[in-house]
Amino acid sequence: MIEFQWDWDFAWEVLPLLLDACKITLQATVLGSLLAIVIGLLLALLRRSKWKAVRYSAYWWMEFVRSTPLLVQIYFLYYVAPEWGLNLSPMVTGVLALGMHYGAYLSEVFRSGIDGVDKGQWEASIALNLSPYHTYRDVILPQALRAMIPATGNYIIAMFKETPQLSAITLLEMLQLAKIMGSENFRYLEPFTLVGLIYLVLSLIASAGIRQAERRFPKEGFTLS
Amino acid sequence: MSDYAVEFDNVTKQFGDNVLFEQFNFNIRKNEVVSIIGPSGSGKSTLLRILMTLEGIDAGMVRVQGESLWHMQKGGAWLPADERHLRKCRGHMGMVFQHFNLFPHMTVLRNITEAPIHVLGQSKEEARANGLELLRTVGLADKADAYPSQLSGGQKQRVGIARALAMRPSILLLDEITSALDPELVDEVLEVIRKLAAEDAYTMILVTHEMYFAREISDRVCFFDAGAIVEEGPPEQIFNQPKHERTRAFLNSFLNI
Repeated sequence: MIEFQWDWDFAWEVLPLLLDACKITLQATVLGSLLAIVIGLLLALLRRSKWKAVRYSAYWWMEFVRSTPLLVQIYFLYYVAPEWGLNLSPMVTGVLALGMHYGAYLSEVFRSGIDGVDKGQWEASIALNLSPYHTYRDVILPQALRAMIPATGNYIIAMFKETPQLSAITLLEMLQLAKIMGSENFRYLEPFTLVGLIYLVLSLIASAGIRQAERRFPKEGFTLS
Repeated sequence: MSDYAVEFDNVTKQFGDNVLFEQFNFNIRKNEVVSIIGPSGSGKSTLLRILMTLEGIDAGMVRVQGESLWHMQKGGAWLPADERHLRKCRGHMGMVFQHFNLFPHMTVLRNITEAPIHVLGQSKEEARANGLELLRTVGLADKADAYPSQLSGGQKQRVGIARALAMRPSILLLDEITSALDPELVDEVLEVIRKLAAEDAYTMILVTHEMYFAREISDRVCFFDAGAIVEEGPPEQIFNQPKHERTRAFLNSFLNI
């Protein structure tokens, strides 16, 4: 029979270090999410362009990014891009890769959110001669946002759980640190268990936050200006 | 300068293989109040939607206040209108929709001031003052801070009218504005239109099923069927002595309800 012996002293010793490394994980997630939201929104708007070439380019970019593994994109940015003079730190590479990868997924969320706004709202905007900028900012997006929250939140949580992939380019995030500690002390149980628990707790908190945001999002009175 | 506010010159409009308007001709004089009646699918609403640039045309020419709507002249040649040209032409018109199409996340006042601020370049104070004045005109001065969901259908439609008027149009397009209302709410909306028509300041095109109202308010009534004007004339003639059998049958169907 296999016996698991939990070493509390070792667990307490590694926990603060893991929490410290968690800041890197969170930093990559927050920055990656912001970038993904910007890229996602941009792609969603480009896919509604009146120019076919723009619509198709945005579509194929999205398909390309979604159909290739995140790790390949991370390696590409870290190992291949320097050959073209683009030298990025592991953190910047990670944020860029996460932002691009999840931006492609979020573009679909934003597209369906925008498509879900009643056709009459677009027609009223045209009849009032509002510019495309004001139509999106003042009429469409405030109404689409509520529908976008749950899926956007889920993708951000998924991104948070993907951050260990950044260890492949030497970013010392939580899992990478746990691996180093395990190998140095010949004990993997505590560091990996704690990493799993930290991910679990933060993911549950984020999920609850998303549910609250969706529930409390005002149906009326919310504007972006 | 053209005497007409709206001109349709040999306009063709198709939906896929289905031809709705074929070489369609129709003119509306400045400050004329025209009611368009007819069965569903006869092209009544499409006519308004073409004018508001919500639908394109396949051939012909549409002019609004003498200016070509879907085409623009550049270097002596006619080209399809670009967005800038369309925006300029739309400035002549205001549209009120069957289903109101108010912005649900904005207050009543903001629904009215949004476009004047961003399109006409009015200051917030000016737009607010105009908006409140328009709300008084439609009898909703006390609803400025309410949201559309807090209003009855009739009140929503009156806000829709105020919103269209806030853009200072010379042509008002009213697309079945009472069709989505409970019968007891119809009169409050029609009363507002009655007042506007009495001002004689607007060219008004009403697509309506309110026959008694069309008769009361219009300078001219046009009966549409299958994308063509079957009969048109002063309301007394259309309602009392319709010449065309199809018009008689249509009007009888209303009397029999």
